[in-house]
Amino acid sequence: MRIDGKGLIDRNTPLGFRFDGRDYIGLQGDTLSSALMANGVKLIGRSFKYHRPRGVLTAGSEEPNALVEIHEGGQQTPNVRATTQELFAGLDAHSQNRFPSLKYDLLSVNDLAAPFLSAGFYYKTFMWPRALWERVYEPMIRRAAGLGKLSGKHDLGTYEQAFAFCDLLVIGAGPTGLIAALTAARAGADVILADEDANMGGRLLSENLQVDGAPATDWADAALTELKAMPNVRLMPRTTVTGAYDHGTYGALERVGLHLPARDGLPRECFWRITASQAILASGAIERAIAFENNDRPGIMMASAIRTYLHRYGVAAGKRVTIFANNDDARRTARDLIASGVQVAAILDSRPDASAIEDCPVYLGATVTGTTGRHALRSITIAHAGGNAQIETDCLGLSGGWNPSLHLTCHMNGRPVWNADIASFVPSPGAVPGLTAAGAALGHFSTQQCLNDGVSAANAALSALGREAPANRAPVAEDTLYSLQPLWAVPGKGRAWLDFANDVTVKDVRLSVQEGFASVEHMKRYTTQGMAPDQGKNSNVAALAVLADATGRGIPETGITTFRPPFVPVSIAAMGAGGRGAGFAPQRFMTSDQASRDRGAPMIEAGLWYRPSYFPKPGETTWQQACNREVNMVRSAVGIADVSTLGKIDIQGQDAARFLDFVYSNTFSTLPVGRVRYGLMLREDGHVLDDGTTACLAENHYLLTTTTAAAGLVMRHLDFVHQAYCANWDLRFISVTEAWAQFAIAGPKARALLTSMLDHDPALPFMGVAPITVQGVAARLFRISFSGEEGYEIAVPARHGEALFRDLLARAETIGGGPYGMEALNVLRIEKGFITHAEIHGRITAYDIGMDKMVSAKKDCIGKACAMRPGMTGPEREQLVGLRPIGNVPISAGAHLFKTGDPVHRTHDQGYVTSVGYSPSLSTWLGLAFLKNGRARHGETIRLVDHLRGIDCLCTVSDPVFLDKEGTKLRA
Amino acid sequence: MPELIAKSPLSGTLPITLGGLRLSELVLGPITSIAPFPGQDKAVAKALKPLGLSFPAANTFTSAAEAKLVWTARSQAFLIGIPAPDPIPGAAQTDQSDGWAGLRIEGPTACDALMRLYPLDLRLQSFPVGTAARAPLNHMQSILMRTAPYAFDVLVFRSMARTGWHEIEAAMRTLSARAALG
Repeated sequence: MRIDGKGLIDRNTPLGFRFDGRDYIGLQGDTLSSALMANGVKLIGRSFKYHRPRGVLTAGSEEPNALVEIHEGGQQTPNVRATTQELFAGLDAHSQNRFPSLKYDLLSVNDLAAPFLSAGFYYKTFMWPRALWERVYEPMIRRAAGLGKLSGKHDLGTYEQAFAFCDLLVIGAGPTGLIAALTAARAGADVILADEDANMGGRLLSENLQVDGAPATDWADAALTELKAMPNVRLMPRTTVTGAYDHGTYGALERVGLHLPARDGLPRECFWRITASQAILASGAIERAIAFENNDRPGIMMASAIRTYLHRYGVAAGKRVTIFANNDDARRTARDLIASGVQVAAILDSRPDASAIEDCPVYLGATVTGTTGRHALRSITIAHAGGNAQIETDCLGLSGGWNPSLHLTCHMNGRPVWNADIASFVPSPGAVPGLTAAGAALGHFSTQQCLNDGVSAANAALSALGREAPANRAPVAEDTLYSLQPLWAVPGKGRAWLDFANDVTVKDVRLSVQEGFASVEHMKRYTTQGMAPDQGKNSNVAALAVLADATGRGIPETGITTFRPPFVPVSIAAMGAGGRGAGFAPQRFMTSDQASRDRGAPMIEAGLWYRPSYFPKPGETTWQQACNREVNMVRSAVGIADVSTLGKIDIQGQDAARFLDFVYSNTFSTLPVGRVRYGLMLREDGHVLDDGTTACLAENHYLLTTTTAAAGLVMRHLDFVHQAYCANWDLRFISVTEAWAQFAIAGPKARALLTSMLDHDPALPFMGVAPITVQGVAARLFRISFSGEEGYEIAVPARHGEALFRDLLARAETIGGGPYGMEALNVLRIEKGFITHAEIHGRITAYDIGMDKMVSAKKDCIGKACAMRPGMTGPEREQLVGLRPIGNVPISAGAHLFKTGDPVHRTHDQGYVTSVGYSPSLSTWLGLAFLKNGRARHGETIRLVDHLRGIDCLCTVSDPVFLDKEGTKLRA
Repeated sequence: MPELIAKSPLSGTLPITLGGLRLSELVLGPITSIAPFPGQDKAVAKALKPLGLSFPAANTFTSAAEAKLVWTARSQAFLIGIPAPDPIPGAAQTDQSDGWAGLRIEGPTACDALMRLYPLDLRLQSFPVGTAARAPLNHMQSILMRTAPYAFDVLVFRSMARTGWHEIEAAMRTLSARAALG
């Protein structure tokens, strides 16, 4: 019900919206909850466990009850708090956790079964038989419980991440935050002022207050106008600071587009990382409820929320309102309602000695002992100093006092301290370095105290920033003494709710103690109190007060569970903003990329690179056909492959050779200019890090090649070795991977192809390198081979890569050759027993791959000492072998090896297969494998089993080199 | 004799303008890494002097006419825009001209766009003209230079040029959608 003349809403802009399929009209400036309330809708959701009817409890981000699904273009966002969802035209909201409808929910049968469903029920009931845990119990419980549902579709919305830096971050824009931001900004500090709400002002917008003799909203407006005009201030409305982290870093979630119908390109949310030299926590306080029997009916809400709905949205939460409180503060609700013409049935003050003078009946020493009304509150029964009574009422405002919103001060393991005067925990100073709590967040609840705190916190921050603090006077405002007498739970037999979000009652907490879970952390886990979306903001203190009572300890001794980030739920989509699709990882494209795609080559990911898998020809229906053809082509004519992805590191200096000797297991200082050598690099722990070739380009100038997979790893390793062990050497190196496009030319006709295009053929010997000119472009030619054929690699500056690749293909095709892809490249190297990172996977020593002689005895190198330790060599180790299946059946990488006759069991494991391929040259499948004492077992028959792919066959163990063992072809 | 066609890393990608921000490929010209050997700083400084350049301090770049010399690592800087005097005594040099893609982002909110990708304080007072950083552009290594109050040059690996473009364009799009809200 709207009240004329009240509220900060725009009465001239009606907005149509839907809730559970019904159309309603709200106003610009409404939240979903205020609009529903204005339309008389009280039942908004069902509780988590017992499916009890629930209405709006609060007016803020702590709302535990009014959680809804927002539907938009096939997407649905679950667990949206109706209290923070701003209304827009066309908003489509749905209640959740009910079937078939909100009013008639079948699972409310749980409520009848409540005596059996108390805390710990699941733990005790669903224990036997064990076999049913995952298949029966869990799916059943999951279906029954839970809140909203996801659409199951990809979230195609736009999300954003951003970084911000400032001198001072002010968290919360109530009176404390506003005056703090003003004070610091006027002194020239770079200020960010963040507030959860769309409109800044905090409680000033929710109360009927005066600041400096004028309405508080006017003062807030003027403050905001001044802040907006300052270039050193950034206002961040709709932004919740969600976490405090190391070094003055704060996480914050901004609702960028959630208050509007979806717009193309507009982010829904932005996740901020704000780095602030200083921060002021002005996050205010959260009013707490009082537990009594059936205190969860729709229409029962926080007294302060009733004022918010009245002053901010011009909505009366009920027609005949009752207030139940243990403090003076809640009486404002009654007074404000009466002043607005709303009937207040009574004020029930639990304090026997409080004032009874109000414009409505006041019952002292009063408690609510019961309520009626199935889908909405109808009446309450009360006990008071003068007896018992029943009061007809459709709205009951509760106030059990206020809890400072100190959560952020606990994010770095700070523990709050108990303040008995206000019966609340307050932040302990210095809990988060650089963060100071002020105002209500510190337990100072009057507006005057907040304003004073804001000024002094800003002055302290300015002085920490080394800035002069100008003399600032806090404006004048109300300074009422906050007085309360603690009341957590009204004694009684029925269920009295503490945690509305997770359906935890006073009884549950007592049961927890009875069952031996008496520490606050155990109670939390036993009852699930504080584990719902509100993370116990509404219930933590009351629950531990009940716990303290049940255990006979005091509240400070009982302590409080740890508040952890995030302060409000943060969508994973916001934290992973930009990471969907192409944003997941950088894509690296070779210069030949388009040329390969032009030929229909499917591209395969190799790390971040995209490489052609194979080059299909008309008539080929499988990749295997293309691969076989490409292998035969290389073996009989010539093939071209882009190998630019290999890492290239340019090394220079008088100590360059010395460095290579140090990082490689074999010797490079003897490598003459114009020659290339294969090298093996070990990790410090003696295992193989990488392999590759290094060319001596000139005196004291080398080009080291890494594998594609380990390019970054090797660069990092070399940097570490250089900086940690030999920083003063005459040595400089840098990656040139990206600067060169490099192509392999392999096959018996490789030389013929080269001759056709080179201005001058350097007639390189095997493992030679020379500078050349290709069509006027300075280039490099290497004679190296990864296929076993006569092979060359030609490197040109990357800008010419695509043109050279296309030229090479054209020339190759005229002599019966063409491009080959990764599949063929893999088969070619398996036929030759060449290793890749499938073999040198990190647990392999030089001995395992038969290269122990490459660890030079004449010099030291990284990893040598460890490589010589016991266990790093010897017959017990799995050694590289070749495998050829008997009967020519397909075999698989990942399969394990067993002696024929042994049981197929891990205890009899003899080794495993690392690489396989079908060899068209030998017309059989071939494999590389690691086999215990494998080098001594050539010729033996071994059993290969792959449980995953259902392969079980016999293989002959052989030398890993299947083809041209003498290397006559590559030296041709 | 036919010449091999040369292509820039983002060849064919046209500049885009969104919400007052312009993103374009920056044709960098020659790039040479210059890494003075230990104890050779003076010799290198002498060789650079005729170019009007001094070896840059960490996280800065120096410039003269068409040339920029940007700090890229410990004892390493990239000479961009002009060929290096060959050879610079006392320094290792490599040709990096083809290894990098250049992107230029200009406009009053260039800093805001890049602060969606870089975890750096790029406000003018903290990152003034002449500042450079070796920093991650989202998931990518990059070299970032502020060349004017409202203009940045970004260098990313040549192979990652398209992703670099995509990342910056995406940031520009969300900024422009925000700006449209008024």
